[in-house]
Amino acid sequence: MFGRYLVKRLPYMMLVLFGISLLIFFLARVMPGDPARLALGPEATQEQVQALRHRLGLDQPLYTQYYVFVKGLLKGELGMSLVTKRDVSKDLIQRLPATLELVAVAMTIAILGGIPLGMLSALHKDRTIDQLSRVFAFAGVSFPRFWIGIMFQIGIAYTLGLLPITGRISGDPPAHMTGLYLLDSVLTRNLAAFMDSFKHMVLPAVTLSLSPLAQITRLIRASMIEELRKDYTIVSRTIGMPENLNIYKYMLKNAFTATLTVIGLLVGWLIGNAFIVEQVFSWPGMARYGVNSVLRNDFNAVVGVTLVIGVGYVFINFIVDLLYGYLDPRIRLKK
Amino acid sequence: MGVRNTILNIEGLKVHFDTLDGTSRVLDGVELSVREGEVVGLVGETGCGKSITAKTILRSLPMPPGRIIEGEILFLGDNLLELSREEGHQVMSKKMSYIPQDPMTSLNPVFSVGEEMGDLIRWHGRRRLGPLELMGLRRRHDNSIAKAVELLDRVKIPAPREIIGRYPVELSGGMRQRVLIAMALIGYSSLLIADEPTTALDVTIQKGILELIEEKVKEEELSVLYITHNLGVARRLCDRIYVMYAGTIAETAKTQDLLDNPKHPYTSGLISSIPKLTGDEFKGIDGRIPDYIDPPSGCRFHPRCPEVMEICEQEKPELVKVGGGRLVACHLFSTGGES
Amino acid sequence: MEQVLRRKEKGNLARAFYRFKKNPLSLIGLGIILTMVLIAIFAPFIAPYPGDAGGAVHFKEMFQSPSWKHSFGTDEVGRDVLSRIIFGSRISLTLGIVVLSVAVGVGIPLGLFAGYFGGKVETVIMRITDIFLSIPPLVLALVVTAVLERNLQNSMFAIAFTWWPWYARLAYGQTLSKKEEDFVEVSESLGASRLYIIFGEILPNMTSPLLVKITLDMGYAILAGAALGFLGLGAQPPTPEWGTLVSLGRVHLPKMWWLSTFSGLAIFVTVLGFNLLGDGLRDFFDVEVD
Repeated sequence: MFGRYLVKRLPYMMLVLFGISLLIFFLARVMPGDPARLALGPEATQEQVQALRHRLGLDQPLYTQYYVFVKGLLKGELGMSLVTKRDVSKDLIQRLPATLELVAVAMTIAILGGIPLGMLSALHKDRTIDQLSRVFAFAGVSFPRFWIGIMFQIGIAYTLGLLPITGRISGDPPAHMTGLYLLDSVLTRNLAAFMDSFKHMVLPAVTLSLSPLAQITRLIRASMIEELRKDYTIVSRTIGMPENLNIYKYMLKNAFTATLTVIGLLVGWLIGNAFIVEQVFSWPGMARYGVNSVLRNDFNAVVGVTLVIGVGYVFINFIVDLLYGYLDPRIRLKK
Repeated sequence: MGVRNTILNIEGLKVHFDTLDGTSRVLDGVELSVREGEVVGLVGETGCGKSITAKTILRSLPMPPGRIIEGEILFLGDNLLELSREEGHQVMSKKMSYIPQDPMTSLNPVFSVGEEMGDLIRWHGRRRLGPLELMGLRRRHDNSIAKAVELLDRVKIPAPREIIGRYPVELSGGMRQRVLIAMALIGYSSLLIADEPTTALDVTIQKGILELIEEKVKEEELSVLYITHNLGVARRLCDRIYVMYAGTIAETAKTQDLLDNPKHPYTSGLISSIPKLTGDEFKGIDGRIPDYIDPPSGCRFHPRCPEVMEICEQEKPELVKVGGGRLVACHLFSTGGES
Repeated sequence: MEQVLRRKEKGNLARAFYRFKKNPLSLIGLGIILTMVLIAIFAPFIAPYPGDAGGAVHFKEMFQSPSWKHSFGTDEVGRDVLSRIIFGSRISLTLGIVVLSVAVGVGIPLGLFAGYFGGKVETVIMRITDIFLSIPPLVLALVVTAVLERNLQNSMFAIAFTWWPWYARLAYGQTLSKKEEDFVEVSESLGASRLYIIFGEILPNMTSPLLVKITLDMGYAILAGAALGFLGLGAQPPTPEWGTLVSLGRVHLPKMWWLSTFSGLAIFVTVLGFNLLGDGLRDFFDVEVD
């Protein structure tokens, strides 16, 4: 029953992934600008540029290039980075956990903070806490991430000295198990490393989480208010359901389900803005690597990063879809 | 016929609704009572305020924009309108049962029937639960599901054990209504309020539901306030009927008396509106229900009344006794009713 | 009761204004936007040192903290920060307008066609849209700027390039729900040309959600543009784009805090204004926007 739902979505996903690879490839190879020239800079001679072009296979016809590209993809190769001189996939694997950790923590903050705040606002509609959360929500989505990050750095890190200004860890990282420092320190019972990573994580994660937190708050609030008006809410209250059970179980599940689709989008947003936050806090993640690759015209790296993100994003949306189907029986049971 | 206790007594209930166009005076002095073991019908056209009356008793009316202007609702000795929202809710959920109108929207769509019924059975009447209970940690060894299955069986649902695991979206309207009736039977109750429970259903299914309700009422000896716009249904189920028009009670009498010998012109109009199989002339009532923001002066029915008199436009008629336990609110009977 | 509650008519202009005014925040938003627009238009007259907006240098005045002479201080070559921010408003507002014009101009017609014609047209357009939407917008914009020369125009193009799918999707959804309605059938039976039906009948009926989205998106476009500027992928110095100003000032933190702080504040206030206004418009039109 559930499997059928999965199977329906799979070919669609494949099509989308194929499209992504096409799109990225197209962008990288066909747009104006000569990658080899851009990489070597204006001082390079024509022969050097030609040589690089040949090495990168840029003088081949497009379809051959694409074929080579996909072949490499399937083998897990993403070409060579012009900056680090290593295989891009190695660079990515090294840096992916940092970004993953940051995004995951930010999302957790946004959800764990947004749901209670949204519920409080809905249940005390138009009163002080609602007005305050409203102001906070507007501010939260309007803050430029880079600016608020910098403000935090000046205010909290520098002036008050409470937290480190940049970086992911000051001392030694915990023994490598997943690459996620917080998790690894817990798994290896390394309290010092945990505290260290935790302190470094606070500012970047909070900066990144502000906008999704605000959005989730508003969304939960709106959904809960709608739930309060629904017939089934009033009926179950009338026929004897305890009020707090009605709120925290029955209404909340409906409200959360409505929010789920947005959460998928928010993950995409988080990934995009991780690029900025990682820059501000010198966070050694994949996103920062991506930005530097863009700034240095390191094409293979740019393509690699985009591909990983694209695939990851499709995957996450798929999971969100599954979750949605699981939570809302109307979706999976309607023939 | 012994004297039975009155369990519900509504007097002079006036409710207003604030809208952007003005204040809508939806209930203009409703009088109603239900005695122990009685099935009382509240009959009237759509929009006459019968649903609002029920919702006011159940305190499920949104209170802004609704306002209770005056009146009393005495239930088992308490004036419901004087109780705080919490206390009123307590009384209501412990001692009243309710069957809602639209089965398609009355069940929570993301929980299975068993889940919702189980919670209702387990925590019926509790105002709030403790944190452990909220998390579902205190219900390992209870028999709520077994009770739920039993209840579903009592409302003649086939394969009740299967239905427990189903979601509302998988059930037909008739089935959902049966589930709601089963839910209404949870816990001891002194009064059942049924708000047009068959209106939203297919005609072919209505009969089955009606029979079910009839059966349950007899079996459990429930006292019922049955709301409907269908006189035929009321005739079948109710001992006594209140006819409601535009926010007021027009007439009340024992069912047979009312139908054999209607006194209020509106009641006569209603009766003649029922298509009869004998092929008689089908007369409706001219006009439409009035505007509640700017209602007709005096008797609200006077613009449509075939027996209208001068006084009808000036003065609102009070409910007066006309013998045999009957009450009528009409100037035809106002002066010199029977003793 | 339904009859009583249904009296609340929608779309009545007086009621709409009442709803809008009921919300003081939307008025604040409107005020902010109008102020910004005026500042942008009259920049040369408002800025105390209009020459500083470009490449002027006054080394003698470098790094002065905020004072009476320079309300927001001066930067690393002695330019007045306030003046640069004032001129920066021109850039940001222009960016917003351009980005949205392109995104709307491309996205809406595509969505309309996909929704109205259905069939192959629909499949092709919506699949392309889906592919674009499967990459987070900022990431895609980054990639586009990667392959183009780094300047303001290209950053605008990059953002518009990633935003049109959202408008296509909006128009598509709206068209699907509207095309079954009566007024469309009437026009069709009267023999109106399909183009007329699409642009003359269906489009006007989606102005409400469209206007709300455009207003909100103005803020987000400015934010995106500033983000690209911050990363060095947008406007290049000496253009006083707000994001670029923040990143330039960042090197001199934390001592010369005024360089980054005020330019970022300008972004924040502007985006906030559009958000408040958009939210107020949502109440005004009484619509649901995704």
